[in-house]
Amino acid sequence: MSSNDSYYIPSKAVWPVVVVAGTTFMLAGLANLINGLGGGKLLLYPGILLLVVGLTAWFRDQSVESETGRFNHQVGNSYRLGMVWFIFSEVMFFAAFFGTLFYTRYLAVPWLAGDGAGPGLFSYEYLWGAVESAKDYTAAWPSNGPGRVGGEFEKMAALGLPLVNTFILLSSGFTINKAHHALLADHRKPLKLWMAATIVLGISFLVLQGIEYHHAYTEMGLTLGAGIYGSTFFLLTGFHGLHVTLGTFMLCMILLRIYRGHFSPENHFAFEGVAWYWHFVDVVWLLLFVLVYWM
Amino acid sequence: MVSVTNPIDDHEHHHGPAKGWMRWIVTTNHKDIGTLYLVFALAMLFVGGMFALTIRAELFRPGLQLVDPEFFNSLTTMHALIMVFGAVMPAFVGFANWMIPMMIGAPDMALPRMNNMSFWVLVFAGLLLLSTFFMEGGAPAAGWTLYPPLSIQGAHNIPFVVFSVHLLGISSIMGSINIIVTILNMRAPGMTLMKMPLFVWTWLITAFLLISVLPVFAAAVTMLLTDAHFGTSFFNAAGGGDPVLYQHLFWFFGHPEVYIIVLPSFGLVSTIVPTFSRKHLFGYSSMVYATGSIAFLSMIVWAHHQFTVGMPLAGELFFMYATLLIAVPTGVKVFNWIATMWQGSITLETPMLFSVGFIFLFTLGGFTGLMVAMAPADLQYHDSYFVVAHFHYTLVVGGTFPVFAATYYWLPKWTGHMYDENLAKLHFWLSFIGFNLTFMPQHFLGLAGMPRRIPDYAIQFADFNMMSSIGAFILGLSQLIFVYNIIKTIRSGDPVSDEVWEGAENMGLEWNLPSPPPYHTFQTPPDAYLIDKVTATEVTMR
Repeated sequence: MSSNDSYYIPSKAVWPVVVVAGTTFMLAGLANLINGLGGGKLLLYPGILLLVVGLTAWFRDQSVESETGRFNHQVGNSYRLGMVWFIFSEVMFFAAFFGTLFYTRYLAVPWLAGDGAGPGLFSYEYLWGAVESAKDYTAAWPSNGPGRVGGEFEKMAALGLPLVNTFILLSSGFTINKAHHALLADHRKPLKLWMAATIVLGISFLVLQGIEYHHAYTEMGLTLGAGIYGSTFFLLTGFHGLHVTLGTFMLCMILLRIYRGHFSPENHFAFEGVAWYWHFVDVVWLLLFVLVYWM
Repeated sequence: MVSVTNPIDDHEHHHGPAKGWMRWIVTTNHKDIGTLYLVFALAMLFVGGMFALTIRAELFRPGLQLVDPEFFNSLTTMHALIMVFGAVMPAFVGFANWMIPMMIGAPDMALPRMNNMSFWVLVFAGLLLLSTFFMEGGAPAAGWTLYPPLSIQGAHNIPFVVFSVHLLGISSIMGSINIIVTILNMRAPGMTLMKMPLFVWTWLITAFLLISVLPVFAAAVTMLLTDAHFGTSFFNAAGGGDPVLYQHLFWFFGHPEVYIIVLPSFGLVSTIVPTFSRKHLFGYSSMVYATGSIAFLSMIVWAHHQFTVGMPLAGELFFMYATLLIAVPTGVKVFNWIATMWQGSITLETPMLFSVGFIFLFTLGGFTGLMVAMAPADLQYHDSYFVVAHFHYTLVVGGTFPVFAATYYWLPKWTGHMYDENLAKLHFWLSFIGFNLTFMPQHFLGLAGMPRRIPDYAIQFADFNMMSSIGAFILGLSQLIFVYNIIKTIRSGDPVSDEVWEGAENMGLEWNLPSPPPYHTFQTPPDAYLIDKVTATEVTMR
């Protein structure tokens, strides 16, 4: 809470509204495509273009202001606090999907199979007792429900690619930490190497996840439509994969800025923010590995 | 007087507003953005209000006369979505933008560019939502809760509703991050946490609630979209999912949401009642703790909205008792407001009228809340007009009366002009009478068995429905007085002093600023002795 004198307040912000317009056009176009209206492309592509232009210009302005020393200590604190609360909102987003997994696996599926008093007794007896496909339905996990939605499928095993991916992401948490220490010590060359290593690990993770998805769809019968197991599996791992994609992209931007000579041991909020985000993605993966793949 | 303007210091970021209409699009100023939020909220109040009046016109007498039943369902759905996300929440963000920097002695909000973005996202999300009226299958008609399976049978509106909820969520989360960061990082030296005005405290806690629950709502509607269009089975029992799961996810958001609406209005009332009682707020620290307790409890009571859906007995009991506990911190607040007024030199200017009206009517809404919180009794009340009456007593009173109070309270400070007190009092009395005439009969309609969300009703409900509709038109049309009064104040109101209200300069930093305050309020932090003067928080009853 130092003096307010030098708190940086930009005079005008042109790019936020461009980003907003781009996002809205993109989503409206996407909504039309989902509804089967091909004309949605006419909104989708310009929307993406506006979004990319807006974000690029906005972040460029920010980095120029940061490198020219407009941000004092208090501004840096605002950014850090903002990033912490943004990550908290992401935690709650994933919590909703983990909650869904817990509820369906330990409550809904057993009830549907007739386990437990109350809801369980009635659900099976009155809803599914007379349905042919639901005969001998048990509460075993994985499940695609008493309707056997999506047909036969296999559970994704924890050993194999998911285990490899766990090692990859854990290592990337280590490498980005090494990069941070190099930055704090102002050792630019190791900084670049450790950052590059983190990016390579991030991309490897995504490639392996792509192979895993391909395998699931083509050989295991495991798709988005494979009942509640397929639904929870793909939405949990898919949203995590999207976050890794975004994180990898952000790491690339940071490496680009490092090559341009940005960041000093004292002033490197963008690096820290991305590193926190990367660690968050790492922790989510550990939970996924235990709760989705392993248990 | 605090020294607030510093014209010599000519940094490039010490500037006035941009010229012309572009000022409002590119602005990063907390006052401009606050004004944008408030104007948008007022516009949406009339859009949502027109939906409500169409509903009440249809229900004026039994039988179907004005609208199709499908369109009626769209109207009830969109009325709620527009009022909650378009009118009430943005109004409180507008006040947060205007007042928080002035109340804590900051130059502006902490993240000005994001502030601009969070407003414009809101506008585009609103347009996306309203556009569904013009598509095949019409606007969403499953109720604002969007329960599956009904909601995912909504033809073309599903992806638009889902994406607009995502955008509304982004807007609120960005706004909340900005508010939390501003409060934690931008307070003037000497403005410790336990000296902050209660409006700032309630917003700090509200913002925490918003960041906690909106992502869950976003996730829930995402699952609606994948269930409708990408073959998932989250809410489909045949595939092992459960439609009740959606209700849990929705109300994990939806119940804290009602406190998101009402906590800032608690803050506004806690700010206004002391000024017109000429005493500092009674029990300041207990108010802070009560706010925190309400927020905590609000996150563990959600399934009381689902008593009739089928839940293990232990669940029903837990959610019933946890809900009843909320009466304790809410009671603390109501008694503290009464103790603040006790032996005060009370005058009843319009802000005070709306505040006292709020305390009285909100308490009635709280009592019916206790009734519907009882699991066995709720089996009778559920989905009846009793519930409609209950939540309008809390949400309409909680969402608009303090907003009107605060507008009359600070409008003279913002514009430098006094509003027309007679017109304002007329606005209050017409709103108060219209509101009670609309919603009081609905209690009895519900107890007599009239179900909600139905465009037609049995003949024995006719008289009370007619009363309710007449009340609704009085309530709706009297808001035009409010708009006229604001315009008149800005154009030709009498000039006011810096203090505006008698003794107000001891009640908050903002009353020590010029009327209207300069574009950038605190270039240098206000004096610590002034902060001490306006934040004398420990007051006992005489």
